[in-house]
Amino acid sequence: MTAKTADAPADVEAATVEVHDVHKWYGSHRVLDGVDLTVRPGEVTVILGPSGSGKSTLLRVINHLEKPEIGHVSINGEPIGVKRHGDRLKELSERAILTQRGRIGFVFQNFNLFPHLTVLDNVAAAPVATGRLGRPEAQELARELLGRVGLADKTGAYPRQLSGGQQQRVAIARALALRPGVILFDEPTSALDPELVGEVLAVIRDLASSGTTLVIVTHEIGFAREIADRVVFIDGGKIIEQGPPSEVLDTPRHERTRDFLSKVL
Amino acid sequence: MSEPPGATVTLPEAHATTEPPQALTAQRVQPLRRPGRWIATAVVLVLVAQFAHGLVTNPFYQWDRWSYWFLRPTILDGLLITLEVAAYSAVLGLVGGVLLALARLSKSPVLRAVSWTYVWAFRSIPLIVVLIFLYNFSALYKTLSVGIPFGPAFFSFDESKLATDMVVAVVGLSLNEAAYAAEVVRGGILSVDQGQHEAAAALGLPKGYQFRRIVFPQALRSIIPNYVNQLIGLIKGTSLVFYVSLLDLFGSAQTMGSTYPGDIVPLLLVVTVWYLILTSVVSVIQFYVERYYARGATRSLPPTPLQKLRTGLTDLRARIRREAAV
Repeated sequence: MTAKTADAPADVEAATVEVHDVHKWYGSHRVLDGVDLTVRPGEVTVILGPSGSGKSTLLRVINHLEKPEIGHVSINGEPIGVKRHGDRLKELSERAILTQRGRIGFVFQNFNLFPHLTVLDNVAAAPVATGRLGRPEAQELARELLGRVGLADKTGAYPRQLSGGQQQRVAIARALALRPGVILFDEPTSALDPELVGEVLAVIRDLASSGTTLVIVTHEIGFAREIADRVVFIDGGKIIEQGPPSEVLDTPRHERTRDFLSKVL
Repeated sequence: MSEPPGATVTLPEAHATTEPPQALTAQRVQPLRRPGRWIATAVVLVLVAQFAHGLVTNPFYQWDRWSYWFLRPTILDGLLITLEVAAYSAVLGLVGGVLLALARLSKSPVLRAVSWTYVWAFRSIPLIVVLIFLYNFSALYKTLSVGIPFGPAFFSFDESKLATDMVVAVVGLSLNEAAYAAEVVRGGILSVDQGQHEAAAALGLPKGYQFRRIVFPQALRSIIPNYVNQLIGLIKGTSLVFYVSLLDLFGSAQTMGSTYPGDIVPLLLVVTVWYLILTSVVSVIQFYVERYYARGATRSLPPTPLQKLRTGLTDLRARIRREAAV
């Protein structure tokens, strides 16, 4: 990885993320059952939990890809997807939600790059479409971001011509193009061949040290230990315990956390 | 059958006694001979030759009359009408189809139901019935007005002036085409991966941009082959406008045929060749449009016929050189 970490421009103000008593259910199945969480600016939070525990859903609630039935999320104090109306919460218009999402980066497990656009256009699309930048400025920004993830030479390629690791790095550059205050990672390395995991983790490490708020769902326990300021363990739609990695990963207090760690370590 | 299992097992005793394999004189593998394929090819070639021979020599076809008619102004005028009607209906049909598909995929149950009913109705009614119905439409509704529904009218149009034969033909074909195009477009949109919608939403791309720049261009990849199929059906469907007294390619030939009854067969051949040409042009355009929308979907684009010819010749030359060397 050629990206520099020390002098990476800290031009984005890191955001605070607050999850307030979020409940989410599909039919009678409770996916999230009263989750409260606060992520401080610049903090790196890693969410761990068995599959089906609700960790991906929690991440998708944060940028309102999933609507919670009860509760809400706020970023820098501003509720996401809803607005306060007296003592109630009202749903926002779709347009307003889309605008809010510009402040939240999201990186998918399966990259979800736009296959019909070049790498450069994938990264430049959002700033142009949302009217933040003109086309030339957006392309310049895209070039800079692709350089930062070590793909300056791939601007003209189409996503399917790249390896999985390269695609995920493009996806990260795409998320960065809107200069989000927080970036959410949904199992960013789960779809990758083992030898490609390292290059993606290196980019995330670079972001962590540049001071952006990160929330990462992952199965890479070693990476969590190295990078996380805080580890949150979720099971059955509830936060079981949270704290610095040295506590949660090395001396877990709860039986369920111990049980999970013994299976994955 | 009644023998106990294992009783018929023969031991592999031949192993030790076989001779050591003879050394190969050449490593080259001889391809399998396929006499059946050669016979089938010969039979088909003979049949094709017979058919071609008949086409040329049978006086019934009157090829001299064919060349007399092929570029006659009446025929070309008809061709122009066919092209006009097909072009307008193709565009209007596609626009209508996109709108119907979006309505069908919307969250509003009313829009969904209206779209479904429209498609159901227009796929059920034969095109010829729609056309003749529209032809008599001006008798049913004398004026068309713009105003408040069930209230006063602001403008009125005299229907019989508005509904020329051309308009009737285009409206009829478009209404029919839209119903089929709606299903083609809907299928295309559904074929786009859900992750693409999510990624577009997660980036906060405006709704219209999501559809125009992200979802629809990807949907086009599966829409194009199906829509071209529709389009070819539409081009041939234009021959029905003859029944609403519009003289298209087929209509002109029909009219000429009743004036010169001896030329009916060559006139039909003229029409056939023109339709073949139109379909061929559409197919060529289809190839290049599909190739354009394949960008990114495959690692490399499919070769154009010219490129295929070039690589084919290179391969052939290499093969001849190889054979010569052996």
